[in-house]
Amino acid sequence: MEGFLPHPWWEIWFVFSLPIVACGVCRISKMMKDNREIISLLAVSGAFIFVLSSLKMPSVTGSCSHPTGTGMGAILFGPWITAALSIIVLIYQALFLAHGGLTTLGANTFSMGIAGPTIGYLIFKAAMKFKANMYIAVFLAALFADWVTYIVTSFQLALAFPAASGGVMTSFSAFLAVFAVTQVPLAIMEGAATALMFKYIVQLRGDVLLRLSVAPPSIIKKLKEDLT
Amino acid sequence: MKLELITLVVIMAFIAAFAYVSSTGNHDWSGSDDQAGMVIDRLTGGTYHPWFHSIWEPPSPEIESLLFSLQAAIGSLIIGYFLGYYRAMARIKQPQLNWSEKEN
Repeated sequence: MEGFLPHPWWEIWFVFSLPIVACGVCRISKMMKDNREIISLLAVSGAFIFVLSSLKMPSVTGSCSHPTGTGMGAILFGPWITAALSIIVLIYQALFLAHGGLTTLGANTFSMGIAGPTIGYLIFKAAMKFKANMYIAVFLAALFADWVTYIVTSFQLALAFPAASGGVMTSFSAFLAVFAVTQVPLAIMEGAATALMFKYIVQLRGDVLLRLSVAPPSIIKKLKEDLT
Repeated sequence: MKLELITLVVIMAFIAAFAYVSSTGNHDWSGSDDQAGMVIDRLTGGTYHPWFHSIWEPPSPEIESLLFSLQAAIGSLIIGYFLGYYRAMARIKQPQLNWSEKEN
């Protein structure tokens, strides 16, 4: 979608996104100093985004799209750091694959790295508060992190291209028809894949989950006991 | 194993949906971003032209798929490396020692 966002929208999304990415980078470098052991899990979360966002999958609408993989990072490290992880993938795809784009990098970072992960993070925290099963919480968080990314993309395009009759809302539903429906099965798969990945992390690095205060010790301990 | 099974069922359902959709009509399976480009054409009456073009494009679909697979491969390598590393570490250490900072 290189060059698809006209002035002033592409600049606006850069203005929104870059400070958040900068904040994420600061948090990562702080973590590197304080908590080196966590860095490997950060690499795993980034790698998870790399893998999932490379998979273009066919959907029920007869078109293809790809998942985002950001739910994992959002749950473990929060949306700030996930924004910094996402921009790496987006730059890779813009430079080497002509996918996404450098001029739309700000908008893409906002939808995939900030809006989606923020919603995912909030859903995870809310689900944990209501004492939902943690894997279900992860499933929902990843599902919505993925889905909201594409809803926000639709909205960004609608703002830039309001319909002659009906304005932004008409365009919004036109873009939603393309993105949101295609994304539903992908988001469900992404939720399941993330929950499974989470299970392995609980199993192997429950200690890091405690340190990142992803969930209270009692819950993680119980989940780990269930697994052994 | 429960979660693995559920994930497998979800993937099977996805494949079944794909098989069903592709057997019931002609679809070009293009990217949803290309379709969004068409929506933009429709909304603007074809007057909008992208004002910037990718500085480099993969010269052929083969090279594009190479770079996409490379992306997946890099990611999987990192995930596999660390999960294996964690698993080995958990074996070496006593599992209960991982529980709290104090005991470590």
